[in-house]
Amino acid sequence: MNKINKELQKRILVLDGAMGTMLQQYNFTEEDFRGERFKDFSISLKGNNDLLSLTQPKALKEIHAKYLEAGADIIETNTFSGTSIAMADYQMEDLVYELNYESAKLAKEVAEIYSKKQPEKPRFVAGSIGPTNRTASMSPDVNDPGFRAVSFEDLRKAYKEQSEALLDGGVDLLLVETVFDTLNAKAALFAIEEIKEERKIEIPVMLSGTITDASGRTLSGQTAEAFLISTSHIPLLSVGFNCALGANLLQPHLEAIASKTNFAISAHPNAGLPNAFGEYDETPEDMAAQIEEYLKKNLINIIGGCCGTTPEHIKQIAKLAAKYKPRRVGNI
Amino acid sequence: MENNRRYMQLSGLEPLIITPESNFINVGERTNVAGSRKFLRLIKEEKFDEALAIARHQVDGGAQIIDINMDDGLIDGKIAMVRFLNLIAAEPDICKVPIMIDSSKWEIIEAGLQVVQGKSIVNSISLKEGEANFKYQAKLIKRYGAAVIVMAFDEKGQADNYERRLEISKRSYRILVEEVHFPSEDIIFDLNIFPVATGMDEHRKNAIDFIEATRWVRENLANVSVSGGVSNVSFSFRGNKAVREAMHSVFLYYAIQAGMNIGIVNPAMLEVYDDIPKDLLEHIEDVILDRREDATERLLEFAETVKGVKKEIIIEDAWRKKTLQERITHALVKGIDTHIIEDVEAARKQVTNPIEIIEGHLMIGMNVVGDLFGSGKMFLPQVVKSARVMKKAVEYLNPFIEASKGQEQRALGKILMATVKGDVHDIGKNIVSVVLGCNNYKIIDLGVMVPPEKIIETAKKENVDVIGLSGLITPSLDEMVYLAKEMERQNFTVPLLIGGATTSKAHTAVKINPEYKNAVVHVNDASRAVTIVGDLLNKKTKNEYVAKLKKDYDAFRDKFLKRSTTKTYVSINEARKNKFKIDWNTSKIVKPAEMDVQILKQLSLKELLPFIDWSPFFRSWDLHGKYPNILNDKVIGKQATQLFADAQEVLQKIITNRSLKPKAIFGLFEANTIHDDDISIQKKGKEIAIFRTLRQQSKKREGVPNIALADFIAPIETGKKDYIGTFCVSIFGADTLAKKYKEKNDDYNAIMVQAIADRFAEAFAEYLHKQIRTKHWAYKTNEKLTNDELIKETYKGIRPAPGYPACPDHLEKETIWQLLKVEERIGVTLTESLAMYPAASVSGYYFANEAAKYFGVGKITKDQVVDFAKRKNITKEKATKWLHPVIAD
Repeated sequence: MNKINKELQKRILVLDGAMGTMLQQYNFTEEDFRGERFKDFSISLKGNNDLLSLTQPKALKEIHAKYLEAGADIIETNTFSGTSIAMADYQMEDLVYELNYESAKLAKEVAEIYSKKQPEKPRFVAGSIGPTNRTASMSPDVNDPGFRAVSFEDLRKAYKEQSEALLDGGVDLLLVETVFDTLNAKAALFAIEEIKEERKIEIPVMLSGTITDASGRTLSGQTAEAFLISTSHIPLLSVGFNCALGANLLQPHLEAIASKTNFAISAHPNAGLPNAFGEYDETPEDMAAQIEEYLKKNLINIIGGCCGTTPEHIKQIAKLAAKYKPRRVGNI
Repeated sequence: MENNRRYMQLSGLEPLIITPESNFINVGERTNVAGSRKFLRLIKEEKFDEALAIARHQVDGGAQIIDINMDDGLIDGKIAMVRFLNLIAAEPDICKVPIMIDSSKWEIIEAGLQVVQGKSIVNSISLKEGEANFKYQAKLIKRYGAAVIVMAFDEKGQADNYERRLEISKRSYRILVEEVHFPSEDIIFDLNIFPVATGMDEHRKNAIDFIEATRWVRENLANVSVSGGVSNVSFSFRGNKAVREAMHSVFLYYAIQAGMNIGIVNPAMLEVYDDIPKDLLEHIEDVILDRREDATERLLEFAETVKGVKKEIIIEDAWRKKTLQERITHALVKGIDTHIIEDVEAARKQVTNPIEIIEGHLMIGMNVVGDLFGSGKMFLPQVVKSARVMKKAVEYLNPFIEASKGQEQRALGKILMATVKGDVHDIGKNIVSVVLGCNNYKIIDLGVMVPPEKIIETAKKENVDVIGLSGLITPSLDEMVYLAKEMERQNFTVPLLIGGATTSKAHTAVKINPEYKNAVVHVNDASRAVTIVGDLLNKKTKNEYVAKLKKDYDAFRDKFLKRSTTKTYVSINEARKNKFKIDWNTSKIVKPAEMDVQILKQLSLKELLPFIDWSPFFRSWDLHGKYPNILNDKVIGKQATQLFADAQEVLQKIITNRSLKPKAIFGLFEANTIHDDDISIQKKGKEIAIFRTLRQQSKKREGVPNIALADFIAPIETGKKDYIGTFCVSIFGADTLAKKYKEKNDDYNAIMVQAIADRFAEAFAEYLHKQIRTKHWAYKTNEKLTNDELIKETYKGIRPAPGYPACPDHLEKETIWQLLKVEERIGVTLTESLAMYPAASVSGYYFANEAAKYFGVGKITKDQVVDFAKRKNITKEKATKWLHPVIAD
């Protein structure tokens, strides 16, 4: 049994909060994004948050440290868009390996400091794998529903490249998150299985979908349970939901799968819905109160935050999580 | 053992879990090029739309999985498989079920696996090409996340007896489970169903061996399923449907008992076991179970006597033998357009100038239609259908008329039709246009949201004979008054017709008629339009008729004004003292399970079908009565039935093509009543919006309250936290679709589409309200109501809509739009008159209190208008403008 499995049996693990929200507070300019290395890059780089791992590593380390300080057991690498598919927007496909490798390395460095400080609470780094900006089972062209902007093979290769770099950089687990199209996720899981076989290693994998429609379906149309069934062929560390709406609105989807799987259950909701200015204004106390409902119902093994959450949110959540027992899990 | 029992779980958009309690799982087989000649042809010709229809038909018919096979020498199987699966993925009504990817070529299977998001079944792999290949494929299938059918086939060949079936399945199972670590519950054995009664001795045990092998496999190989292609068994009786159907049923009857739990079956090729005649059953059982030496001969002999009898189809076409004029008249009266072109062409050969056909043959027919309609023997839907035939005929004749440079068809008159500024509803207007159009009036339809300047300008330019205005929402009434004034100011003399849901004879008489010296007529149903316009334009009787009209409307006005003065009102302050009282100490307040705003876009129209209330649909066609009784009505039953059938046809097309799209947004919030009549919406104690409500002011008798919606929410002074909901549902796409029909001169179906979209919007509101009660707000989780009870609104809680009796003020829609960000999030817009666009939309509030009920505000007096303006911080003029229709004179 690997280390994180052992920890999962003992307690509810806390995942960190939003990276984007924290980076916004630095108000980085185009020059800051570029740094010395990309100062002559041909297109605008502002907004390419993943690039900051190379150009602003200090800020990244600060954010990781703040979340670890707040009590996070697992921190996510700054690699949400770190595939050649998503990086094509910035013409940085060639940098994918380096971006992921360096992001993993710097997160691991910070995590190890905290693991040493507090050996009874080992910290883990999850390699964040986002959904990319393309969907494998939907057509972007309304006039041709049979068209696809990306193939399974494209996705598999892209995810494999990202996963290998993250693993080389030292992550403890992989987190395939914000899944809005199950077929994209299946390509990621396929790639990870290949790596497991080739490297003869075990890789703990967290999988997290996202549901925004009141019908309780993913963007690609599946119900929460169908999503679970479609991805359960891979031995996952955990399955759950993130992003989407506030914690309150995530609960029905967690309940829909919690009784139907032997995998651990994870949740990292947004800090509510964005307000009129596109900001998330749910306070840490509000969010914690909603999350306590999950914990009371014994739904959760891993809990954290997505868009709009800060170290203060995670601190509140960690405090709560310490008070409750984890959901009992079948096969770990 | 029981504890380790695991069940196969599959998924499309929805889960399918196969447990021992599951009934036999039906796999649809018509989307298989090897099994369906039609499907093969469609794929070859790349008619994917029609091919998709077959898939949909299978799922609608009850297939829980669909088998897709593209193995044919003349097709590029890989391309066809990928293309078809991608298209299926865009059809929620099809891809809700799991897919069975069927091919004998691994390359096609893998291509298929790469395009399905759900957990599918691979059909099939086997040991035919050795263990290495078998293991390689199984490993990949597992990695793609699919279940697998394993054929009873190995290096030596196909298993064709009991022992070989056991041997191969045992070995396959061991390799899969122990070496590949394939989940045992995801293994399905196809134990080869072979034909019986072939006349060859070695085939005699084919069925019984399969059945017994099935029993062994299910008992000895944990968690697996058994499947097979059933139609094989009856192969030797090709052409004898009755016998084949019975054989399939008998075979399944025994195979299912033995443990076969999945089958590729054409449900249309199955007889109900209990319905099989006893003698036939015995003969078939003898064959399937191999009970007699001479079973095959006996069945062959018996089969000759049970060949199915084909039903003869007789098409009623006696009318085709009548004279040309009779045929044309018949086609127009019955609305049959199948022969009209050939009849018109025949007529064209008889006349010198093609215009004569329009003015002769067709007008004769349309006059019959007009007479029948006028005397109540034909109904509106039929007339609109007649118009469709007429248009088709005219469209065909037009090029000939142009070529012959003949004069244009002389219309009886030119009529301008328009839905006024700010309003988007036009079903009624369209119907009137069609009816007038087929009575030989030329219609200039300016459409919806027409500014008054454009109406005036067009009327002048086209020199029209009549102007018809339509509107559904109350602000449109003022637009009509304004137009009447403008017409007067600019010295118009043509008659003005007023129609639409909120218009009334009273409003026309009191508010519009006095503004215009010439004729103003309220036309409340399409059937009257023709006679009214006829009278208005008849040169001889016109003046007399208009004078009579004016007198009638003046008298009506006087009577109405006198009557309304007898009503007495109380001041708004007094009304507030007499508010509807709820005991907030005991009243049950339920906190919504899901607070805040949610969007609902991923809903199939199918889910809305059970919520449709059809009665208003018939009303929009001037057929009055309650559904479903209306279908059996003595007078209009036949027409209602025909209309309903036509509606179902359009409805099916809409669902199939998903040409209408439902979208909704709703939000549940904390709320308290403040200052008696306002509802403060809060988020975490902070006010984010205020809904203003209007209070009844008519003097009530003792004990009857003066209600406002605000009375149903706990006042802030109670210190209780209460809640309110608000929503907007909309059906997108009706305009585009109606336009397509119109372009094909099919007004009948164009209007049908709009009427259906309206029904869907109302059904959606009903559906969402139910979801709110039982799921999102969840104050009524155990509700079980029939559709009828829903329509009668027997549930608790209300959903009043701005612009309707409980809250006649349209301005509050703006508050809903801001609060939910309706336009940004789902794209429903508000016109300057606060009509919603698309027209098929409903918005409103949710009140959950048990005491909440529907009521009408009725008329209010000026003091409330002033008070309302102050509360809302708008000018008195603005408030007066918007509340105008409800202000007492």
